[in-house]
Amino acid sequence: MELDNIINLAYVIAATLFVFGIKMLGSAETARRGNMISGIGMLIAVVVTLLDREILDYKWIVAGLIIGASIGGIAARIVKMTSMPELVALFNGFGGFASLLVAWAELEKIGLLGWQLYMGQMGTPAQFSSFVIYLAMLIGGVTFTGSLYAYGKLSGRVSGRALVFGGQKFLNILLLVAILGIGVVFTWTENLDTASSLFVVGVSLALVFGIMGVMPIGGGDMPVVISMLNSCSGLAASAAGFVIGNNVLIVAGCLVGASGLILTVIMCKAMNRSLGNVLFSGFGAANQSSGDDDDREPKAINVEDAYYVLEAASSVVFIPGYGMAVAQAQHVVKELAELLEENGAEVNFAIHPVAGRMPGHMNVLLAEADVPYEQLVEMDNINPIMPTVDVAVVIGANDVVNPSAVNDESSPIYGMPIIEAHNAKTVFILKRGQGKGFSGLVNKLFVMNNSRMIYGDAKATISAMVNELKG
Amino acid sequence: MDLILLFFIFLLAAFLGLELISKVPSQLHTPLMSGSNAISGITVVGAIVATGANEDGTTGMILGLLALIFATINVVGGYLVTDRMLQMFKKKGK
Repeated sequence: MELDNIINLAYVIAATLFVFGIKMLGSAETARRGNMISGIGMLIAVVVTLLDREILDYKWIVAGLIIGASIGGIAARIVKMTSMPELVALFNGFGGFASLLVAWAELEKIGLLGWQLYMGQMGTPAQFSSFVIYLAMLIGGVTFTGSLYAYGKLSGRVSGRALVFGGQKFLNILLLVAILGIGVVFTWTENLDTASSLFVVGVSLALVFGIMGVMPIGGGDMPVVISMLNSCSGLAASAAGFVIGNNVLIVAGCLVGASGLILTVIMCKAMNRSLGNVLFSGFGAANQSSGDDDDREPKAINVEDAYYVLEAASSVVFIPGYGMAVAQAQHVVKELAELLEENGAEVNFAIHPVAGRMPGHMNVLLAEADVPYEQLVEMDNINPIMPTVDVAVVIGANDVVNPSAVNDESSPIYGMPIIEAHNAKTVFILKRGQGKGFSGLVNKLFVMNNSRMIYGDAKATISAMVNELKG
Repeated sequence: MDLILLFFIFLLAAFLGLELISKVPSQLHTPLMSGSNAISGITVVGAIVATGANEDGTTGMILGLLALIFATINVVGGYLVTDRMLQMFKKKGK
């Protein structure tokens, strides 16, 4: 009794530290300390759990902690900043999978003890235990394979395009109905053998459903998906907390679930689309080239001519997108920005909230390259001064600068807030080839009179500019 | 465990979570996500008990050990990678 009180008290402290930690993560000055505080909370939770009276043997616990900590520690150390989105997705999936396994282990425990004894220990009805076990398994399983698939898409191991096929929605609905149906039977059955077979079927279906759910979502919508999976992994932990009757799991998981939900909403707003539209529409799957009557050709320019324009410019704005991450061009961009500043130009970076594949992706990359924080300007602050900008340099961004979002009501992205690069006096667009962006839409920006395309690898192009400026 | 109490806790934590970070600068979206992701590895607590409370070699113990490894990767990796990111944000602040 005494010991249980100590453990629970420590859990309260841990939960409090999580709350402070998350709060502090929300502000630039305190973020790093916040992360440490929540880490201390985690450490406290882990250490006091080792005191639990149920534990018979420590050797496997120690082994598991060492193996997990080594893998996690090494992965965190060697990952490149450009690969950050896929690593976060992967960790996220592992968290979900752990919740699934904890629920499964609890079911095994019930199988050993029998319902009578188990209910006596837990003090909750059998149906409730079954229900939360199934729920933790379901959310955890969907998070696991969904995150793994997102990891594959982000790291380029599988195609990042949205995959849609005939009857997909029907199949998904069927899958969902099967999952829920099995869940209902699982919850109400008293027979443990039936329950454990149903559970295994449920696990397989949940794993398939995770993949099916992420399949019709394209690469450009990944910031939404990752935030949502993040939220799900929290909810899975919370459900696992109900399974084993542990407060700290419920609280911590729920905090993560809620904060992930907020990020998801922010990302959806930044694209002016509803969550349902992102998840189910298969956006960007087909080439939805909206009946376009504009046959102007984009005008190309070579690096040397671009250099003369840049050299004469007194204000330059860089607009990075996913292409900058792919080309790993952030360091040369920073170099170019410095040279332009020495040349007397005012240099800023305009960051769109959904640029890249993860919320805040561009900020992380530019921070890695040591770009001063003051130069990173959010969308709402850069647009009013855009008409005074001499040169806007779009680096591997497409949909977030598509003027159709502002002035073409028939466009599927109409209403999405964009960085209004087209208002700048001159626009350079660094692009690998003449392909369309993620949405498959024609970008009118490319054919405007003040726009010039610079084709080729962004890193090579910018390096060439740097050399021109130096020489 | 009192069921109603658990729900009560859940509900309060949900509102707290929603209130905590309603306004985050976009610069911090990635660290916030990866930091909160590390917190979701709290399942490690359940995994520790499941690993230690079952006899060696039982299915429950093996499931627990697997859960423990995955959750620990999530926790340790998540915190370290978040710290690495925030460190970068810091050094250009000067």
